[in-house]
Amino acid sequence: MTDTLIVALTTMGGLGFIFASGLAYADKKLRVEENPLISQINEILPNANCGACGKAGCYDFAVNVVNGTMKVNGCPVGGEDVASQIAAILGVESDNLIKQVPRILCKGGKNEAKNKSIDYVGPKSCSVMEVVASGDKLCDYGCLGGGDCVSACQFGALFMNDNNLPEVIEDLCTSCGLCVKACTKNLIEMHPIDRRVFVFCKNHYDPKKSKEVCSVACTGCGICERISDGGIVVKNSLAEINYDIFYSSNFPFEKCKTNSISHLN
Amino acid sequence: MELLLIFFSAAIVNNFVLSYFLGICPFIGVSNKISSAFSMGLATTFVLVLTAIVTWLIYHIILLPYHLDFLQYVAFILVIASLVQFVEMFIKKVSQPLYSALGIFLPLITTNCAILGLALFIVLRDYTFAEGIFFGLGAGVGFTLAITIMAGIREELELADIPESFRGVPITLIVAGILAMAFMGFSGLITL
Repeated sequence: MTDTLIVALTTMGGLGFIFASGLAYADKKLRVEENPLISQINEILPNANCGACGKAGCYDFAVNVVNGTMKVNGCPVGGEDVASQIAAILGVESDNLIKQVPRILCKGGKNEAKNKSIDYVGPKSCSVMEVVASGDKLCDYGCLGGGDCVSACQFGALFMNDNNLPEVIEDLCTSCGLCVKACTKNLIEMHPIDRRVFVFCKNHYDPKKSKEVCSVACTGCGICERISDGGIVVKNSLAEINYDIFYSSNFPFEKCKTNSISHLN
Repeated sequence: MELLLIFFSAAIVNNFVLSYFLGICPFIGVSNKISSAFSMGLATTFVLVLTAIVTWLIYHIILLPYHLDFLQYVAFILVIASLVQFVEMFIKKVSQPLYSALGIFLPLITTNCAILGLALFIVLRDYTFAEGIFFGLGAGVGFTLAITIMAGIREELELADIPESFRGVPITLIVAGILAMAFMGFSGLITL
């Protein structure tokens, strides 16, 4: 009995010893030196591995930040807090730390946008409405009001207001961008939180049709283009703001007859 | 001849993944791209063959003569874990992208039941040393074959219009089932 015990112990111990020394040698030979900054940054990151930064996960993001291929504020979930910590580790200025929030670029709620002669009574989901005759609004570009963005948001940062349009609660938003993907009409865009002026319309109809379908549509009249010194251009019957040269302080918003270019309220 | 029969039996007729349902987790987990699936197959084949060699030697030179065959699971798992650890170091050194593509499934080869299964089959069926090597090689080739075919189908599935509720894991499991059915066509061809 004791013999077996001793033999068993020596055998397993011997085997363990042989494998352990083999691995120790291999570890020395095959060690990959890794930048210690990567693991430091990886610890700060939220480690939700959500992919909102566009990388495969938090570790991948950390590698890219250290290599300089991602900006320190590239993690939208971590926000300014994480960005400034990463900046401190890397010893760089954390530029452009402004939080990004989604903006719903349609003001045509149930009071403004005209309905088709039919009423939609199916499931309240944009993706379904999109398939069923592209929703019940006359405007094919406008918000369907199905609330797919609201259900896509995992942080409760979106809700449907009285006018059946989604609204963003900026404090709850983590800038993950899931609502942007959820919108079947591509009406939601991410913008820096301090950017307050938008063209709240995405329709490419001619002026006559625009006026017919919605009272707050951009008609593409071009008056904004003429008075903004290039800050706004009308492309394909829709105004577009060039934020690099557009100054909102002296722009006469009242000139936009349908009020589709306006301040966020 | 006997050796070739063992090889083809393990690779095709009694395919480890599709007939014995061993090693399913990397089969589902890493089969979304042909390149990484193939590499996973090669890594697993490498571990399988080395396991076959080392466990045979340990079993026949150390465990049997000293009547220690009750230690076989512990000894085999020690061998497998060490080999996988080595493969992981090696891949991390040689190919960083492959290392991140395989992710958690690389260390999970440690507990891949295909590998312990192989070691135990060799003991159970009383294979000789050469037979054991061919059995391990066959099992590895069979695993690589299965996971690469699966990855090929899944790459095509990316483009297919699948009902939403079937997307992702459900359709993968259905495909795996159909693939297993297809491999059942070989059953009985070689009986070992």
